[in-house]
Amino acid sequence: MTIASFTQLICFSILSITLVLGALGVVLLPNIVYSAFLLGGVFLSVAGLYLLLNASFVAAAQVLVYVGAVNVLILFAIMLVNKKENLAAVPGLPLRRVLSGLVCGGLLALLIRVAFTTPWALPGPSPVGEEATIRIGEHLFSDYLLPFELASVLLLMAMIGAIVLARRDVFSSDIVTGAPVDQGLIEKARTPLLIQNTVQEPVR
Amino acid sequence: MTINLPTSIPLQAYLVLAALLFCIGVWGLINSRNAVRVLMSIELMLNGVNINLMAFSDYLDGQLIRGQVFTIFVITVAAAEAAVGLAILLSLYRNRETVDMERFNLLRW
Repeated sequence: MTIASFTQLICFSILSITLVLGALGVVLLPNIVYSAFLLGGVFLSVAGLYLLLNASFVAAAQVLVYVGAVNVLILFAIMLVNKKENLAAVPGLPLRRVLSGLVCGGLLALLIRVAFTTPWALPGPSPVGEEATIRIGEHLFSDYLLPFELASVLLLMAMIGAIVLARRDVFSSDIVTGAPVDQGLIEKARTPLLIQNTVQEPVR
Repeated sequence: MTINLPTSIPLQAYLVLAALLFCIGVWGLINSRNAVRVLMSIELMLNGVNINLMAFSDYLDGQLIRGQVFTIFVITVAAAEAAVGLAILLSLYRNRETVDMERFNLLRW
């Protein structure tokens, strides 16, 4: 065993422990802000695993897109909807947790069995290593050109859809309150101060 | 006695790790009461799938790294999904004043 492979083993162990504990924390912690930050840790350790798998470009994309965009978006959503509310008790919730835990455990056992019984064609061809970025660029502009262009259309659609869905209805609150529309009013459009100024119940 | 450590990381280690991440994500998806946590569980599941694709790309398809290209597309779709999902969540919260999944039963019989 060489030093390099031993280092790889240690890195893999640390990353996988971080990954599994972080994922459990995301699912199980009662405070959702902690869950969101642990989700960032999970994304970072997945990026580390990509580095172990000779994929530096995808690791960088993972850090940029997941940690930099998706995680920040989730944190913003938590800030916008974070209200202390007492969740009403649902009958049969512990039973449902146990049953779904059994189902997920069965799925896990099935997947592990598939992973260990399938005769993988190992060892495969030698990895390209640092040329991976060049190969990805060749793929994206030759045989995966159509999905690449479709992805840009998909991102445009998602952007416009998110803006349309998350936009507040500025004009109705403007008519109801009679106040000039500025940014502060848009932010406060749903606070009780403005609602009690209205004549009747605002239409939802 | 000597401990026989493998000389390199086997493919199965990555597959088991991805399976664990996916199953944790499925459990969280079923059992979360908070809608934001449901979205986070979906991200966990997508990351498990990505680890699988990357492991296959490195171990079985080292020359034509098609798994990495697929992972990039999955990351793209996941970003779009997160944006649209959180926008839907915001407008739901504005209409129902809650993020409790048990109370989003508008389309139930």
